[in-house]
Amino acid sequence: MAQVEAESPVVLPDDPGAGPGVQVDYPGYRSTRWRVAERPLVTLPEEFHSVDGPVFGEDAIGEFDNDLTRQHPGEPIGERIIVTGRVLEEDGRPIPGTLVEIWQANAGGRYRHEVDQHPSPLDPNFSGAGRCLTDADGRYRFVTIKPGSYPWGNHDNAWRPQHVHFSVFGRRFTQRLVTQMYFPGDPLMEYDPIATSVRDPKARALMVARFDLDTTQPQWALGYQWDIVLGRGGSGTTPLES
Amino acid sequence: MSLPRTPSQTVGPFYSIGLSRDPQNELADPRDPAAVRIVGVLVDGQDSPIPDGMVELWDAAGRRWGRSGTDSEGRFSFVVTKPDPLPGQAPRFDVLVFARGLLEHELTRVYFPDEAKANAADPVWSALDEKSRSTLVAEAENGALRFDIHMQGDRHTVFFVH
Repeated sequence: MAQVEAESPVVLPDDPGAGPGVQVDYPGYRSTRWRVAERPLVTLPEEFHSVDGPVFGEDAIGEFDNDLTRQHPGEPIGERIIVTGRVLEEDGRPIPGTLVEIWQANAGGRYRHEVDQHPSPLDPNFSGAGRCLTDADGRYRFVTIKPGSYPWGNHDNAWRPQHVHFSVFGRRFTQRLVTQMYFPGDPLMEYDPIATSVRDPKARALMVARFDLDTTQPQWALGYQWDIVLGRGGSGTTPLES
Repeated sequence: MSLPRTPSQTVGPFYSIGLSRDPQNELADPRDPAAVRIVGVLVDGQDSPIPDGMVELWDAAGRRWGRSGTDSEGRFSFVVTKPDPLPGQAPRFDVLVFARGLLEHELTRVYFPDEAKANAADPVWSALDEKSRSTLVAEAENGALRFDIHMQGDRHTVFFVH
């Protein structure tokens, strides 16, 4: 079964000194091989980092855009959850009025996307997309259902941990972030080369939401808290100012 | 206080559910006489098109923004008018590239072919060697501007730290 051996997940050991960045050429995530941009990158002058990002208005948001359980005539199948948190600068200041977009699989681990052929049913009452603007405290809030795990073709018996994709803009264009939020205690996370591409376990933990009983609504939905901290730019490398 | 920043992860293959629900690739009105299309192909290190990528254009001077997913041939397209230049710089768009396989998005720029003088005076463009800077200038093609993005290889586009 040498072939199976070769197809096992490649997970590099934890590296507590790796910092907040992902290892962009992480070999376990095979799609990086021919896609990651040619290195080294060119460093830009410092003034580049003050460039403002786009401003989004309330008109970008529909009434049920932040409630993924109410976008269809019926309710989706699955465990109803509330996911909320704040979008923050590294110095702790909240970022109000910024656009937060999410997308996810349904409770069975299937995306409403033509490329997803996972043999698990689509849910006619679940599209899996949401968006909202952060409030004055930088807070976002979504109601959704807990996404299922699903298999993918990266290696033999590869499964993604349960996750919600997040896209955030921030104040400045260098703060742009696309990431994934994971759930506490997911046994698949340690086998997942996308999660383990963040090699510092402390940094990896920053992608995991916290179950919160205060956010949980009795008789209705489990609550999770997850803050998102946007960098100032620089890819976690040495600051560019002299 | 300095909070640790949240790490980046890939957009994955299904981003269009959340990020391409509505067309957002018009930074200008197509009926504007000054409007021009920017079209291109996102290409991997084996010269294959990337069909599950997404490109964002940012106009820092005009605070305009747009994005385009790539199609099955790796093609993206925008309708734009040329941005105003920032002081001391050439007109350009900042370009962000997202895709399955990119754990963090990549940053590049597109400059305009009819701005040779301004480009030569641009502090970023002019600091690059000739081969590198040529990867950042769109080409006039059939009334549109062609800007292909090569992630790797001999003809790789220049990418910047962000």
